Amino acid sequence: MNKNEKDWIDITSGVNVRKCMRCGKCTATCPSYAEMEYHPHQFVYMVEKGDIEPLLNSDSLYKCLTCFACVERCPRGVEPAKVVEAVRLTAVRKQGNNHLIPDQIPAMLDDDMPQQAIVTAFRKYTK
Amino acid sequence: METFTYYPGCTLRTKAKELDTYARAAAEVLGISLVEPENWQCCGGAYTTATNEVSTKLSAVRTLMAGKETKGLVTVCSACHNVIKQTNYDIARNEAMAVKVQRYLGLEEAYKGETMVYHYLELLRDVVGFDKLKEKVVNPFKGKKIAAYYGCLLLRPSKALAMDNPENPVIMEDFIRAIGGTPVIYAQRNECCGGYITMEDKAQAAKRSGAVMASAEEMGADMIITACPLCLYNLKKNSGSDMPVYYFTELLAEALGLKEDGNE
Ligand code: SF4
Ligand code: SF4
Ligand code: SF4
Ligand code: SF4
Repeated sequence: MNKNEKDWIDITSGVNVRKCMRCGKCTATCPSYAEMEYHPHQFVYMVEKGDIEPLLNSDSLYKCLTCFACVERCPRGVEPAKVVEAVRLTAVRKQGNNHLIPDQIPAMLDDDMPQQAIVTAFRKYTK
Repeated sequence: METFTYYPGCTLRTKAKELDTYARAAAEVLGISLVEPENWQCCGGAYTTATNEVSTKLSAVRTLMAGKETKGLVTVCSACHNVIKQTNYDIARNEAMAVKVQRYLGLEEAYKGETMVYHYLELLRDVVGFDKLKEKVVNPFKGKKIAAYYGCLLLRPSKALAMDNPENPVIMEDFIRAIGGTPVIYAQRNECCGGYITMEDKAQAAKRSGAVMASAEEMGADMIITACPLCLYNLKKNSGSDMPVYYFTELLAEALGLKEDGNE
């Protein structure tokens, strides 16, 4: 495992992953559960173990909707979404690793698509 | 007349004009003066929770500082409200972040979360008062069963947003009662519609927004209301349901007699 990467993710998230008691409530309440290869509780657990490479390469990073349900409902105050975000940022902050590029945008739009969707996607998917 | 700083946000200037214009028109009738700051910037749509990122929080801080000059800062888009309140909450508790922002922006004094932030619904509840609103209603929504859709960004994380009980909210239902309608309580009212995932995964957005609409229909709703342009988009375009979806400000304006077409 890459010790620096784990430390950096902990600093970025501000989360103490060791508080997790593995109840799975975050995953049970996650609206993206079915679309994710790794679920919120696995993000927490795998970051604790330093098993970060699979997370960095997984599409699950781009399935989190930032709905804060897991943050609100975790009985231990772990705030799993912040861990997902820290791993995602670690991935997209690397040069050339943006998940979305401007050229892809026009094909995603229709007349009613609010600007909010575009700016949010940029904030989540790119650096 | 009480004066507040009013931040519309980018979408309210473009695809969600109804959310904005009716909010302004109703405020005037309710004795609230809303002043828009000059040269505001888009808030970014999503709060970056990362502790080591400052640049993505700057536009929200600029907006918050503009709010210092009045009684508070009012937002109406759920997403702006979320980003601005989370920024305010974190900067009040994180000295290092406040100092970094101060240096970035070249401020004489650090901004430490002094501005009071109100969602427009909070303004109605806490400043105007739902009782007073009720007195001003000329077109009540009598007999209409209205489902309030909170989605996620209006309520969570409740620590920072402090708007209402995140699992059993009442603010929108109380609003519906004030304009003469009957609120419909349904299971999915505070679950996500899919948000920006509609950009790359229509199937997921359809699944989420379909679940929200089905849940409201099952409980007998005639229509559903939201404060978020992206919720409105998903519920209208991706849900597969044709139940009418409105911004809460459209109903507010209609109830106050500020909309030409009247109640349908
Ligand atoms: S914030 Fe992300 S991980 Fe957490 S419940 Fe929502 S979609 Fe799932
Ligand atoms: S809800 Fe909290 S304590 Fe339970 S598994 Fe998720 S992170 Fe761990
Ligand atoms: S949240 Fe939306 S409407 Fe509000 S400023 Fe940001 S992107 Fe624009
Ligand atoms: S658009 Fe969806 S993601 Fe945004 S507030 Fe509405 S429910 Fe939540």
